[in-house]
Amino acid sequence: MLKNTLFSKKEARLYMAFMHVTFASLLIGGLMGLLQTLSRSGQFKLPFGINYYTILTVHGVILGLVLTTFFIVGFQFALMGKTVGISDKQRQWGWIAFWTMLIGTIIAAATILVGQANVLYTFYAPLRAHAAFYIGLALVIVGSWIAVFVNFRQLYVWKKANPGQKSPLLAFMVTINMAMWFIASLGVATSVLIQFIPWSLGYAATINVLLSRTLFWYFGHPLVYFWLLPAYMAWYAIIPKIIGGKLFSDSLARMSFILLLMFSIPVGFHHQLTEPGIDPTWKFIQVVLTFMVVIPTLMTAFSIFATFETTGRRKGHKGLFGWFKHLPWKDVRFLAPFIGMVAFIPGGAGGIVNASHQMNTLIHNTIWVTGHFHLTVATTVILTFFGIAYWLVPHLTGRRLTPKLNKLGIIQTIIWTVGMTIMSTSMHIQGLLGGPRRSDFSNYAGGEQVSTWISYQVAQAVGGTILFIGIILMIYIFIQLAFFAPRGVQEFPIAEEEVDADPTPKILENWYLWIGITIALILFAYTIPVIDIIKHSPPGSLPFDWPIGR
Amino acid sequence: MHLHKYEKIWLTFGLGSLALFLVIIGFAAFWKGTHPMSHIETIDPQNVEAHESFKPENLGLREVAQGKYTVNIVASAFNYDIGTDADGKPVKKIRVPKGSTVLFQITTKDVVHGFQVAGTNVNMMVEPGHVSRLETVMKNAGEFTVVCNEYCGIGHHQMFATVEVYE
Ligand code: HEM
Ligand SMILES: [Cu+2]
Ligand SMILES: [Cu+2]
Repeated sequence: MLKNTLFSKKEARLYMAFMHVTFASLLIGGLMGLLQTLSRSGQFKLPFGINYYTILTVHGVILGLVLTTFFIVGFQFALMGKTVGISDKQRQWGWIAFWTMLIGTIIAAATILVGQANVLYTFYAPLRAHAAFYIGLALVIVGSWIAVFVNFRQLYVWKKANPGQKSPLLAFMVTINMAMWFIASLGVATSVLIQFIPWSLGYAATINVLLSRTLFWYFGHPLVYFWLLPAYMAWYAIIPKIIGGKLFSDSLARMSFILLLMFSIPVGFHHQLTEPGIDPTWKFIQVVLTFMVVIPTLMTAFSIFATFETTGRRKGHKGLFGWFKHLPWKDVRFLAPFIGMVAFIPGGAGGIVNASHQMNTLIHNTIWVTGHFHLTVATTVILTFFGIAYWLVPHLTGRRLTPKLNKLGIIQTIIWTVGMTIMSTSMHIQGLLGGPRRSDFSNYAGGEQVSTWISYQVAQAVGGTILFIGIILMIYIFIQLAFFAPRGVQEFPIAEEEVDADPTPKILENWYLWIGITIALILFAYTIPVIDIIKHSPPGSLPFDWPIGR
Repeated sequence: MHLHKYEKIWLTFGLGSLALFLVIIGFAAFWKGTHPMSHIETIDPQNVEAHESFKPENLGLREVAQGKYTVNIVASAFNYDIGTDADGKPVKKIRVPKGSTVLFQITTKDVVHGFQVAGTNVNMMVEPGHVSRLETVMKNAGEFTVVCNEYCGIGHHQMFATVEVYE
């Protein structure tokens, strides 16, 4: 059913374009990360009068928004191309999406680099960056929307051509992720278009700060699910094939994606727990909704380990853990995502602390939070993306992942794991001790507390240095896979269902139903609080340029 | 949809823990009243002096009853205004006896700031147009660094104060 041949040249070129931007971003963003940790250690001063917050803005925007979005859009295009196909017209729109996103990125990046946008990737009002920064970001989002609609169209065309058939699992998953992304990014797009751009250009005198933050976090939490779902796609539907097994359950996989769609958006208040101006009861309601993602998360964990075990046993490995020992540890396509899964255990546990109504107070805005998302995004998600790149890139370029590159990949994975363990552990501890996030080196009042923080900052620099070595190695592997590895065919691994699998219930593909429930939940969680915020809004805020050095 | 027997056990256990957990935070929130800081009171950020608590002469620490204190603070990039001492110098340190109840009241004249007494549960966002309030009992003695933990500009890491809790 699936064409496991290579893509046509034209098609592969589109998908590779996204990969090139991804890995260029990794290099630039990673270098900034290294400089941040060095600067924060207090042992090193940034040269040429570069401001810490300029590089922090570059780091957050390039890694958090650009790298992730480009990789995801490119990877999802490839998944759609493989499972439901892409027409010439759709491919052309794919290119329009790419260029729109890239031009947006360049505009935003240039604005940051000339010091006109030291506002970090969250760009909280009333700090005012140059309007070009917001316009650039808006273009990145608009570009990604073009990709959203191309993907929707791809599935629609396939459905028309295959009446009554259930959609391929991966195409279904991509569609869920894009539906979520579109619904969520409406929030930030509204804020940028209606609030930030007119205000930064001087057409509006003031801005409603709390409203802008609420719209931002309406998007900001689903954003992290937008990063996570492609990793889940790989775990559910690609890893089983790599270890020589089958899909655990098509229906369960779809069900968990639907639940993730429903419970990813109406929960943004858990990022705003310590803000004045939001009613505590509504905060509590969103906290409860936040925790509902425990269900699909547990389902995912079960399916993955069930696949591991079933596959191992079928191959004849006995004993309680015999199957575990015989997983393909030496295959980087498996090892990197596997370590990502393991990192998700402490990462998820930390997330429970962050989202908890009261516990949040202890760690809110401390560097604990940074430690948390370097475990989840920069380890779980990124290692899975690397794991994907090891086969996707050679598949697209008509080359092979050679045993030597595979071995380098394993070394890369280990370096990343060691570096991130050191960096994120010390961030977590420093955060529990009260050390703030998003802060250049400082002695503060020079008290006892501060000296304990600084030793952890030094540890972060050690971790950051190891990580940067990992980045260099990854870039080397990418260049090899893209341009120099021997020609050949690298498999595009997509797991198949068991022959005797239960049929997937039709209702799982009822888009009206699931998107309807999602919208209902969003309206429930946001309507009254947002009306409240607008009704009880204070006088708006004037823009501030000087605090960011403009 | 078919669920494996072990998966049912796993999900039952997971959902049970989830329910228990939600009951605990619900109990803490609604019976014990430990909500995170929320205070729906607005103020004009360009004229914070109009508010009784934030008049220049009312800033800083004052004892309102035996063992009960209020601290009024106006944040701005990159400073916490905690009033002036007898010599007219800006106050950078607040001293309270151990075991006292302290109400922190803070607002900002410009951008968003944070206010965290590091190592305690005093942690609030300070947003223009809103008053942030949190009352706490200072149970442990020591010197606590107050840090601005929300990015407020390129002097963000220079924004701090000290709370000393003495025996
Ligand atoms: C070489 C590897 C990396 C190093 C050394 C590194 C280091 C850091 C440090 C030290 C901070 C916190 C700075 C502060 O709070 O003052 C930070 C923030 C951040 N990092 Fe990384 N990081 C790395 C990789 C990544 C990756 C791969 C991602 C995402 C895919 C990422 C996303 C972020 C984001 C979104 C922030 C938040 C920026 C902000 O708070 O505005 N980092 N990183
Ligand atoms: Cu501040
Ligand atoms: Cu600050």
